[in-house]
Amino acid sequence: MIRNDVFQTLKPIIREHLVVCNIGAPSQELHAMDDQPSNFYMLGTMGLASSIGLGLAAAQDKPVIAIDGDGSVLTNMGTLATIGNNAQGNFTLLIIDNGSYGSTGDQPTYAGMKTDLAAVARACGAENVQTVSAQDTAAAVKAAIASDEMTIIVSKCESGNVKVPVIKTNPIVIRERFMEEVRR
Amino acid sequence: MATEMDHQIVRDLKAAGIDYVTSVPCKQLAGVLEVLDDEASILHMPSNKEDEGMGLCAGAYMGGMRPCIVMQNTALGVVVNTLATLIQFYQIPLPMLISYRGEVGEPVACQVEMALHTKAILNQLHIPTYHFHKPEDAAELPGILEYAQMASKPVAILCDASFWRASA
Repeated sequence: MIRNDVFQTLKPIIREHLVVCNIGAPSQELHAMDDQPSNFYMLGTMGLASSIGLGLAAAQDKPVIAIDGDGSVLTNMGTLATIGNNAQGNFTLLIIDNGSYGSTGDQPTYAGMKTDLAAVARACGAENVQTVSAQDTAAAVKAAIASDEMTIIVSKCESGNVKVPVIKTNPIVIRERFMEEVRR
Repeated sequence: MATEMDHQIVRDLKAAGIDYVTSVPCKQLAGVLEVLDDEASILHMPSNKEDEGMGLCAGAYMGGMRPCIVMQNTALGVVVNTLATLIQFYQIPLPMLISYRGEVGEPVACQVEMALHTKAILNQLHIPTYHFHKPEDAAELPGILEYAQMASKPVAILCDASFWRASA
């Protein structure tokens, strides 16, 4: 299964929730598959989906799912220490770990080599970290949302993208409709 | 040891409705950070790097809080992309309380190098910039904080060594 296949299984589970989605292919695939006002798409700035998700979770009580990638977490690895030391029970960080920089041509990341992001997250103080197969990801995310514990899920899937258009929605529209969902 | 100015700055943040602060420390900001940690009405969540901190602020803002980032001017070398493609692109109001290292009174030569670029970077990004050089300049802070919200923009408040020394 590639990222887009994992998204298909996640669709019914996350569509009612606040989702902060990683830049590039992940946001484009989610947008093409099931655009929701409760999705915040990163149109720029690599690596900050987990940080935005944590800030959002700290600011309000609704469940927040940040969908990040292994390459993006590697570029902002300090985020795991901030998350580990500021656990928010309503926060789920899903790291789609396909061992590659999917949006830029599937170049390999270190997470696909020797680096174990789940181990890094644990070492950073996160208490509930799971490594799951692509097939088991949806069930793990569902359980994480239902639990009161902050959860980091590293979903091991295959490298690859589907061809979808770029997101043309105005960024202010994305933010405004997202904030409306937060307030709802 | 926090000074009266450190307390005044945090009082102004609080009065402006700031309830979320992230920071990466600087010697000049130690007093402000000390006061922030004791201020129950402001959630202080330190970050490891300033671009990460701006991500936290963007999330806190969308969650209904009013964020502020406390950082050193050298970090402007880190956050240009984040300011342009997150904070400005999505129009997120973000006051940046910035220690202005490398100005007159600076003991560390290397700090001068980024001081030379500080206002140029802010100008290039079209970020409203205020420079606190004397203690009385801080009287502008409440207005600046209100302005950042009104404009939905990042706003830079540069506080140099002379300001901190004269405020001690």
